[in-house]
Amino acid sequence: MLAYVIPLCLALLGLALLLTLARLVKGPCLPDRALALDTLYVNAIALLVLYGIWRDSDLFFEAALLIAVLGFVGTVAVAKYMLRGDIIE
Amino acid sequence: MTGEPLSLWLEIIVSAFLLLGSAFVLIGAIGLYRLPDFFMRLHGPTKATTLGVGGVIVASLIYFSNRQAGISLHELLISLFLFISAPVSAYMLAKAAVLQQLPLEKKTRGKPWEQ
Repeated sequence: MLAYVIPLCLALLGLALLLTLARLVKGPCLPDRALALDTLYVNAIALLVLYGIWRDSDLFFEAALLIAVLGFVGTVAVAKYMLRGDIIE
Repeated sequence: MTGEPLSLWLEIIVSAFLLLGSAFVLIGAIGLYRLPDFFMRLHGPTKATTLGVGGVIVASLIYFSNRQAGISLHELLISLFLFISAPVSAYMLAKAAVLQQLPLEKKTRGKPWEQ
């Protein structure tokens, strides 16, 4: 049963990534694009965890956690730049 | 997939959580794409972050706890970290949008920063 559900979930997540990418391209403003990038890394985390289940491997958890941490730092850096014009004061 | 198959009920539970999580991620992305202004669009990704990734991670937790002896709790680190950091990101992006005075949907009532 999982063999059918996992490809379906991968398709749903792929579609979600495409919609988010469309918003990234469309904009129209910088905060919109930052929000789209933020959503992209969240969707990538879900995709990686799902792939880990598919491959029956515990290693992909590490990559997902790394993406979560670095994605957050990246988003905060961009938001800080938009707020104050610099990132490190 | 590798390894021996799971019991039927476990497969059903893992499948249900995976479908739930993936559906919420997709709903979040649809919200991000379709809603008219930035402050409305901010709401979509919160669904993807909490229910979406949370659902997939719970499925992963159940799956790997069955695969190996003992309970596999380290996936919860991802959910824990996302639950802490996602509101901070959203808040900072919202402040940036307020500062830049992004256009609002016409039906919006009240502009608190114009007082």
